[in-house]
Amino acid sequence: MRVRSAIGEVRGLGSARSGAHHWWLERLTSISTLLLFIWFMVSILRMPSLGHGPVVEWLSSPLVAIPMLLLIVSTFWHLKLGLQVVIEDYVHEEGTKLFSITLLNFFTIAGAASAVFAVLKIAFGGDAS
Amino acid sequence: MPRNPSRPLSPHLTIWKWGPHMLVSILHRITGAGLATVGAAALVWWLVAAATSAEAYADFVEVATSWFGILVGVGLTWALFQHTLSGIRHFVLDMGAGYELSTNKRWALVTLGLSLALTIAFWLLIVGID
Repeated sequence: MRVRSAIGEVRGLGSARSGAHHWWLERLTSISTLLLFIWFMVSILRMPSLGHGPVVEWLSSPLVAIPMLLLIVSTFWHLKLGLQVVIEDYVHEEGTKLFSITLLNFFTIAGAASAVFAVLKIAFGGDAS
Repeated sequence: MPRNPSRPLSPHLTIWKWGPHMLVSILHRITGAGLATVGAAALVWWLVAAATSAEAYADFVEVATSWFGILVGVGLTWALFQHTLSGIRHFVLDMGAGYELSTNKRWALVTLGLSLALTIAFWLLIVGID
């Protein structure tokens, strides 16, 4: 029988030195996401129409495209940090955990890149249709 | 992690009487996971459709305004409000405040009530938009 407890295995090794950083970034991105979503929800409610023309015209303004890009980066960053904690809490097998977190990173970056590209295309494209 | 199985585990989920603080805690995670997957996908679809063509945007609108789309939309806005409010509650708890039993229960209940009220208000306003 093993007489060393789990704490005995790690005592003296120090922390991984990244947990506090992850925790802090999650809080930081939650504040930026909150502020940007207040802007987004109010803007949506103030739109005269949510049809294609008005939405494209709205997104092509720099004063909309810039906060929209910030919202995308902030939201995807925050959701990546959050989902990673969920994975780490429930997936205990090291290989599956690494695979899940890798997939999460791929999907986060692909999703954010698609959304950013869409906004930039509208913002730089002039007439997007 | 190696663990000595003869040592006792602390009492876990099953022995506690459910309270609003427990509901709000797990809802924070559930709504977060829902927003991060379904919500993020909806945002990307909306933006990519707008950037692609009027036809692609019409496809999005058709799904979004179907009964299923509206159900998902209402669910996502409720999840957004609930996650935001319980997130603000977490900020207060992170500062070490709000742990008194009655205070903790009251603010948990406030996030539940307020998220429902905000969701209803948001959708009453949005049905006025074309």
